[in-house]
Parts: sequence; C-alpha cells; structure tokens
Amino acid sequence: MSGLFDLVVSVARVAVMLAFTLSLVPIFVWAERKGAAYIQDRRGPNRARILGLTLGGLFHPLADALKLLFKEDFIPDGAHRLFYQMAPMFALAPALMTFAVIPFGPPVEIAGRVVALQVADLNVGILYIFAISGMSVYGVILAGWASNSKYPLLGGLRASAQMISYEVALGLSIIGLVMVFRSVRLSEIVASQGTLLWGIVPKWGVFVQPLGFLLFLVAVFAEANRTPFDLPEGESEIVAGFHTEYGSFKFSIFFMAEYIHMVVGAALIATLFFGGWQVPYLADSGFLLPGGLALGLPGALVFFLRIGAFVGKVFFFAWLFIWVRWTIPRFRYDQVMRLGWKVLLPLSLANIFVTGLVLLLIDGGA
Amino acid sequence: MANLVSSIQFADPYFSVLLLLIIAVGMSVGFVFLSQALGPRKYDRIKYSVYECGVDPFTSASVRVSVKFYLVALLFLLFDLETAFLYPWAVLFRDLGLFGFIEMTIFVGILLVGLVYAWKKGALDWQ
Repeated sequence: MSGLFDLVVSVARVAVMLAFTLSLVPIFVWAERKGAAYIQDRRGPNRARILGLTLGGLFHPLADALKLLFKEDFIPDGAHRLFYQMAPMFALAPALMTFAVIPFGPPVEIAGRVVALQVADLNVGILYIFAISGMSVYGVILAGWASNSKYPLLGGLRASAQMISYEVALGLSIIGLVMVFRSVRLSEIVASQGTLLWGIVPKWGVFVQPLGFLLFLVAVFAEANRTPFDLPEGESEIVAGFHTEYGSFKFSIFFMAEYIHMVVGAALIATLFFGGWQVPYLADSGFLLPGGLALGLPGALVFFLRIGAFVGKVFFFAWLFIWVRWTIPRFRYDQVMRLGWKVLLPLSLANIFVTGLVLLLIDGGA
Repeated sequence: MANLVSSIQFADPYFSVLLLLIIAVGMSVGFVFLSQALGPRKYDRIKYSVYECGVDPFTSASVRVSVKFYLVALLFLLFDLETAFLYPWAVLFRDLGLFGFIEMTIFVGILLVGLVYAWKKGALDWQ
C-alpha cells in the first residue's frame, strides 16, 4: 500500500515539474518577443486570435508550434541521417531532465508522510545538474557535424568549445557556496538559506558569495547560449549556427531546449543564490521580523507564499535573460574565450581561496 | 512479474529520475517522429542540398578545423576533473580545517602552473 502511495507521489511530482517547465516555454517565447518589441519601441505580436481574443499576442507561440509541426520535415542529401535525427533528441532530453533536483516548495506532509516538493531529492544534487546539462553539448555538436554543411559545422564547433570552457567556470564558481553551506543537496542548501546572517540579512547565497554569484551568472548565460554569448547561433555571421539545416518541428525542438535551459538557469540562480522558495523573515508560523515583531499566518498561506516566491524568482531571472539579450550586443569569439579562461577561471579559483581563508578564520575564532 | 513490481523501491529518488528519463527520452523521440509523420514531402534536388547562401556548395563540408578546439578540449578535461575533485573537498572543508586547505592549495597550485604554461604558450589566444 505504501508502495502505491510512493508511486503516485513520484508520478505526480514528475507531472507537475514537466507541466511547469513546458508551460513556461511558450510564456517566455511570448515574453521575449513582446519584451523585445517594447524595448525597441514596437508593438510586437498581437494578431493571432482564438474566439476574438488576442491576449496581447499570447497565442503566437501556439500558432508557431502548430505551423512548424505541419511543415515539410526534410533531411539534406549530404547529411548523416542517424546522427541528424538524434541531435534534437540529445538537445531536448537533458534539458527536460535537469530540473529534477530543484525544489519548488517546502516539504509538505500528506497522509502522515513528508513529501519533498522536487522530483528527486538526490544527495549529489549539483553534480547531477552538471552531469545532465553537460550532455546537451552532444546535441549541439552532433547537429553541427551531422548536417554536413559548413555553417552548422562552424556553429557546432564554436558552441561546443564555448560550452565546455564555461562549464569549468560554472563548476568552480559554486565551490565557494558548497563550502559555506556544506552540502551539494539542493534541499539542504535552500534550508540553510532560511536562517539570518548577524540577525538581519537573510543568509542567501548572494550575500555570502557575491563574487561567486557574478561568476555563476555569467557562466549560466554562456551555458544557455544566450546573448551576449549567442555566438553558436550568431545569425549575422554564420546564418543560424548549428541548426541551420534543421526545419519544421526539429528546429522547434532546439528552440524549446534553449528556453528550457533558460528556465532551468533562472531556477538554479534562484535556488542557489536567492534562497529558492524561502521568503525573507518568513518562518513556518508566520513573519518574524528582526526587531522582535511577529505576524502569525496560517500554514496554508505560508506554503503558498513560499511557492509563489519561488515562481516569482524564476520569472524575474528568466526576464533578466530576456532583458540582457535586447540590451547588450554580442561578443567576438576571441573575447568569449578570453573571458572564460583568463578572467572567470582565475577569479573563481581566487574566490575559492578567499572563501577558504575566511571560513578558516571564522571557524578558528569560534 | 508481480515479484518484480513489488521489488521496485518507489520511494527511492532514483526511481523518479528513471521515470523522468523515460518520459524525457520518449518525448524527444516522439517529437522527432511526429514531425516526420505530419509534414508533407516533395523531393527537389535544389531544396534538399545544403545551405550555402543560395549557391551550389563548391567544396565538401568535411574541412579541417583549427587545432585550437583540440587544445580547448584538453584543457577542459584537465580543469573539469579538478572541479570534480573539489566538490567532495568543499562539502567536507569545515571538518578538514587548515590541513584540507593547505592540501588543496598545493593540488590547485600544481594545476595553476599548467594553466600559466598554457597561457604563456598562447594556447588561450584566438586570432
């Protein structure tokens, strides 16, 4: 009987996670186009309508998906057929899987059992994310190589070199955070961020690791291939980069994978550096302000406030990705590689060194 | 069969990961085949040739690529392994204290020498 309960919980968590990430994709595609339009003083998508409703153009991503689904799906003559077909699969599957270890709410009690609100509460959390998201490099390089065309090959090579370069900086930038919170399990990292620093500031990652946060932010932008690091696509130089030869829904799959990476990136920034589902000064019983003020709240309200906080943070950081894209121009390739190896890598090593010294001082003094 | 089902630990977090893996791979494969099944198909030699700004491709795309990419791959292996070593150390850092700090400074220091060497040799420069 308890086995059935566990199975239902497992299926429900996977369903909620997939519904959350997949429904955010069209929302952010819409936000990207609408945001870009308003930043450039245009109106953006506003024509597609269902039953006379336009909802500010929210139906456009839906219409695009339907259109692409019924387009001719062709494989270029020179392409390596098997790898050409496999590349979109390698792009989408890891993207869907990375969200699994990110907690989207506090643990809840259902029928006397504590259920963690994340697909899998793995003790290797952060390593799982790197292992799975590292797989998406295969999708990019396979797409570039299997197309047997010059622009995709260039785009695929650039993309893979860029992604593996920044993976090093990405991995090193959160070592300091792991040293402070003493865990790579994401639920424990979020729980540790619920306490206060010197009784006033919430102990969020961004406050204990400001440099680590900046390095992580830059590396996540590069890993997600977003501007200013969107050279793999670089439409003004190499047509569309690694997916030049892809049409119909296969193109759409790469597009979906990119937006899911953006959502996962935003969720990771929120979880590691901005307290995940934690609301500052909000305890299980209600608000506890530093001055000794207390405001009792019912448990259900606290629960929904926390889930709302997580969703709000994810939306904010996903919007940050979009905002940066329409504000900052693209780097040159040598600049990208120089930034990755000569700036981010030494800085993240220095960050680990300084964090270690400070922690030694704190622990030695206490 | 019933024995097999009852032996699965549904509470194990890796069961959820397996479930997600099956769904994610199924969706990815499904989308690719759905797109093939739904679209029309009309062969045309020009349409099915690779894109090269509208002209006939005049050389093969199997070109030699810069050796720089190989160097980046090598450096990545080196430093990504270093990162993997740093994780268990970082979790235990506050238990190891000064001993762990000095040990890791030596380890990272040796790798830093490698980075400085690659830097001086120009392996990190792109022209």
